[in-house]
Amino acid sequence: MAVATTATPRTNRLGLAILDYKGGKTTLCAGCGHNAISERILEAYFDLGIPPERVAKFSGIGCSSKTPAYFMSRSHSFNAVHGRMPAVATGALLANRSLHGVGVSGDGDTASIGIGQFINLIRRNVAMVYVVENNGVYGLTKGQFSATADPGSTLKSGEVADLPAIDICALALQLGASFVGRSFSGDKKQLSVLLKAAVAHGGTALLDVISPCVTFNDHQGSTRSYAFVKEHDEPLHELSFVPAFEEIDVDYDPGTTRQVTLHDGSHLRLKKLESDYDPSDRIRAMSRLMESARSGEVLTGMLFLDPTAPDLATRLGVVEAPLATLPPEQVRPSRAVLDAINESLR
Amino acid sequence: MTTAQLEAPRPAEAPARTVVNDFAIQVATVNGSGSQSANTVLLRALFQMGIPVSGKNLFPSNIAGLPTWYTIRVSRQGWVARKKEVDLLVAMNGETARDDVAQLRPGAAVVYDAPLELESLRSDLTFYPVPFDDLVAPVSPDARLRKLLRNMVYVGVLAGLLRVEVAEVERALSRVFGKKQKALELNLRAVRAGFGHAAAIEKHDPYRVERMEATRGKIIIDGNAATALGALFAGVTVVPWYPITPSTSVVESLQGYLEQYRRTPDGQATFAVVQAEDELAAIGMVIGACWAGARAMTATSGPGISLMSEFAGLAYFAEVPAVIVNVQRIGPSTGLPTRTSQGDLLSTAFLSHGDTQHLLLFPGSVEECFTMTGQAFDLAERFQTPVFILSDLDLGMNNWMADPLPYPETPLDRGKVLSKADLDRLGGFARYRDSDGDGIGWRTLPGTDHPKAAYFTRGTGHDEQARYSERSDDFEKNMARLRRKLEGARPALPQPVLTGSGAKVGLLAHGSSDPALREALAQLRQEAGFGADYLRVRAWPFAAAVRDFVAAHDRVYVVEQDRDAQLLSLLRLDLDPALVARLRSVAHITGLPLDARSVTDEILAQEGS
Repeated sequence: MAVATTATPRTNRLGLAILDYKGGKTTLCAGCGHNAISERILEAYFDLGIPPERVAKFSGIGCSSKTPAYFMSRSHSFNAVHGRMPAVATGALLANRSLHGVGVSGDGDTASIGIGQFINLIRRNVAMVYVVENNGVYGLTKGQFSATADPGSTLKSGEVADLPAIDICALALQLGASFVGRSFSGDKKQLSVLLKAAVAHGGTALLDVISPCVTFNDHQGSTRSYAFVKEHDEPLHELSFVPAFEEIDVDYDPGTTRQVTLHDGSHLRLKKLESDYDPSDRIRAMSRLMESARSGEVLTGMLFLDPTAPDLATRLGVVEAPLATLPPEQVRPSRAVLDAINESLR
Repeated sequence: MTTAQLEAPRPAEAPARTVVNDFAIQVATVNGSGSQSANTVLLRALFQMGIPVSGKNLFPSNIAGLPTWYTIRVSRQGWVARKKEVDLLVAMNGETARDDVAQLRPGAAVVYDAPLELESLRSDLTFYPVPFDDLVAPVSPDARLRKLLRNMVYVGVLAGLLRVEVAEVERALSRVFGKKQKALELNLRAVRAGFGHAAAIEKHDPYRVERMEATRGKIIIDGNAATALGALFAGVTVVPWYPITPSTSVVESLQGYLEQYRRTPDGQATFAVVQAEDELAAIGMVIGACWAGARAMTATSGPGISLMSEFAGLAYFAEVPAVIVNVQRIGPSTGLPTRTSQGDLLSTAFLSHGDTQHLLLFPGSVEECFTMTGQAFDLAERFQTPVFILSDLDLGMNNWMADPLPYPETPLDRGKVLSKADLDRLGGFARYRDSDGDGIGWRTLPGTDHPKAAYFTRGTGHDEQARYSERSDDFEKNMARLRRKLEGARPALPQPVLTGSGAKVGLLAHGSSDPALREALAQLRQEAGFGADYLRVRAWPFAAAVRDFVAAHDRVYVVEQDRDAQLLSLLRLDLDPALVARLRSVAHITGLPLDARSVTDEILAQEGS
């Protein structure tokens, strides 16, 4: 699948131009990986022809959490408190099931202060895209380690990380996540495909995106620098995406390529690289992640996917119409009901 | 066996003095021994005889094995506050029996488990030893059941001693045990065993009941269930929560009602109840849901309120509605988790850092738990801000008589929300612009199909357009508007209730202190000829009438259930120094619900009479 570039004047299936998906001007550092991710996110919604008004953006606190201001200004956005975006998103998406939720968080926001909320978001399988812009460092407070920093890696000051790193993807797998992907802000094509698949998914779509911090963590000794990730990136497969509204072609070789049908009817194609990889095998995904951690690889791709896992609202049996705007007669029981309740209390 | 076969006990020698429908029974048992059903049966039987009753459960933070007390007050005058003096003790718990007996006032009576041999402890009490083991033995061969049934034996003994009509005890039993026929029969036999035993007792105490007509049409309900019903009829849709005593039953009751009354014909839920991982998540989900336009609420208690602090400030500053029920218990810290208090007043009023303030509602009865919960949703959406309902354990978890809950007569007030059609007409909007002069901006809901509908909600400084701003003028203007907005809420909140006029002295209280205050007013008048007016405040920020009340009295006693005179402290913020000087504090925190006697004595002591 071709990915739209910002310069194309073309319109999507709604007749909207890419400009209709733009946000405010970024205030992040030049070269920050997060800016590239913002671009990929807005392109994904543009390419999929989702009206920006149907999207709700969520974030916590940190550099990453500022980014919803820099894409899709025509979408409502909620910049919450540090590490607590999952709760706000859960509430909003229960209130209105018809919204496309996208959350942007960082490694501090997700894996340190917000790890409890992250864990429970994954367990609940709230239908939303959850992007972690993972750079292993706190930017806004000027360069402290986060919980995802690899042991042995160093800060600019020379300080060495001495605690085990939290692997967000492995953690999510253990918690029963229905969609786990890892990518790199510098891998435009892979990230675009994974984002579209995430949007097409019906539960929590976790994307851990390595996004180097050019100011505080791009030096020799860092395992989140552009140079390190480029050198150690180990893609599991070559990915492509066929949206539900496009006619499916048969132009792929089942011998070398797997095709997975996503929740909304889109298709994700995984072309094997060094070996076949089955993204429906949670245990294999876990061991592959642990192997890569040991060997120092940055394993990227569609790590695990279960397109059938029911999301929170489905499990709760919530009506399809937004709870937020149900008419009064559907939410306030009748006078007869109160009479009966009073009678039962006499 | 039918009722007709049972003869009411005839005390061999009636005492000279009789006290009818005006006494307090205290039942001392062990937590987890099944005494709750017995106490409910007794309470209901009295209620069904038309006699005003109130029941209070004084229980430990424990599942089984620790002492627990249940107090039933019978009052022909309709007083429902805790009565300080116990007139009739039922001592079933050997661990506390001696202490319980030592605390009784002279003339009280004690029904007790005979092997405890309490009769030698004091000579100024009436002792009724009851061989509970012997009486319960023929009822059931099952030792585990006998342990539970012993409690129904004391119901029978009390019914006999006090002349509670057996037919009403049977009716109450049927109600409590419903269709469980076997349990009903066993319990009935236990009651009869006790009743039969009482027939042979030579009665020396003056207490007995007589049928009245004072409870006709009334209901019995606890405040938490009434709160739940308030939310049900307010159209609540999203209920995230984290269990914490004494608020847990708010959501458990609500979930039951929602399951019963809020499913579509095809079985889908028009609600979502989510047990969150903690109170931070619970309030976060409420805020997210309300931001998206839903009516969402949570219920918690002090420790949960502390955890909600950061989010509460976000909701205040970003102007997101939220309804939070705080069923207060004693702090600081874990405190006494199963004892009542009004000690979260200040911490809730200013919950969060910076210049944060919230709207507070103070229900003073179970009826108000119902009506104010409904109002809370209207106010939260009207003023786009969190509204806290300050209930407490006494109000929330105890059973109270009440008038039937009134059906809400006003439509849901969803506040200022712009639709697509509005935006088409207006061409756009500024989220935080005071376009109506009331400090309240217009909002849009996510999903509104208009290119100008979106805005950016943030806890950082922002301008009228909701854009990030660190400009001093933007910040000052925004904060001034927020203050104006909450000032404007004063007349819209539940107004104070005034009792009496023209007295020199005023009493002022809030929330569940009300029953004790009303009784104290009568005591002051009857016992000391001391007339006082009484103002019950029902919300914060206070109505203008609160200032007027203080101005109209030489002295105002501010009665509250905390140590630090928190209600008085809030009044100080509103009043001129000259009026502040008129305030006197009656602040008590004992873990027990407020009683009138303590209030009366303290006021008279301060008055120097």
